[in-house]
Amino acid sequence: MDLILFIVFAMFAVASALGLILQTHPINSALSLIGVMGSLAVLYLLLGAEFIAAAQLVVYAGAIMVLFLFVIMLLNAGEERNPWKAPVVAYIGGPVVIFLIGAFVYLINFTLPPMRSVSFGDFTGGGPREIGMAIFTKYLLPFEVTSVLILIAIVGAMVLARKEID
Amino acid sequence: MPNVPVPLNYYLTLSAILFMIGAAGFIIRRNIITVFMSIELMLNAVNLTFVTFSYQFRQVDGHIYSFFVMVVAAAEAAVGLAIILTVFKNRSTLTIDDVSSMKN
Repeated sequence: MDLILFIVFAMFAVASALGLILQTHPINSALSLIGVMGSLAVLYLLLGAEFIAAAQLVVYAGAIMVLFLFVIMLLNAGEERNPWKAPVVAYIGGPVVIFLIGAFVYLINFTLPPMRSVSFGDFTGGGPREIGMAIFTKYLLPFEVTSVLILIAIVGAMVLARKEID
Repeated sequence: MPNVPVPLNYYLTLSAILFMIGAAGFIIRRNIITVFMSIELMLNAVNLTFVTFSYQFRQVDGHIYSFFVMVVAAAEAAVGLAIILTVFKNRSTLTIDDVSSMKN
């Protein structure tokens, strides 16, 4: 059952990722990216990461992608006329990408020491309680630094996107 | 139905494939928004690796890292999209090859 769920959602994620880079309309690419994020949220649930799955849906598929769609519509970005780089990139880059994927698959499956198998409900340490305990004790300083980072990002975005006053 | 567990290697393999697809999109696409979305795809793949290793070691630290990656990605998306808006306002183009004033 777990294996079936994993395979279905892994195929969906890879297909959506391919759709992201192969479709020429930015709106279609953005919707494909939402597909990737949704299926990754299901895979996080299978791994017992309940909080991360919820945050993935709320922060990524919700907030960030809405921001993307907002900008795409604001700029009225339509179908691209010339979406690809020069063909030499495709002829050299395609084999390089396939070779790198093959190298990763080899390294992961044949050189790593034997690892656990994932079955749903086996690891229950990823709920909000455990995450909160870790964030507010062990990772308190990075958490506070992150809030400063977000403040800087807000100010920076406002400065960059404001109307020029002549 | 018997419950067949998933080998952890499959998760790492999926993560590597997603990362390479994102890197390929980053290199071959011309539209600045699609390039930016490819970066988000790579960040998602790395998050999957963090959560997978967190499962392997039975610790919650990987989840925390993944959470921080999400927060930084949100901040990066806000600033990056503001930069894209400014580029479009000044040059009326979304093609990265046209934004080359720092070349030479």
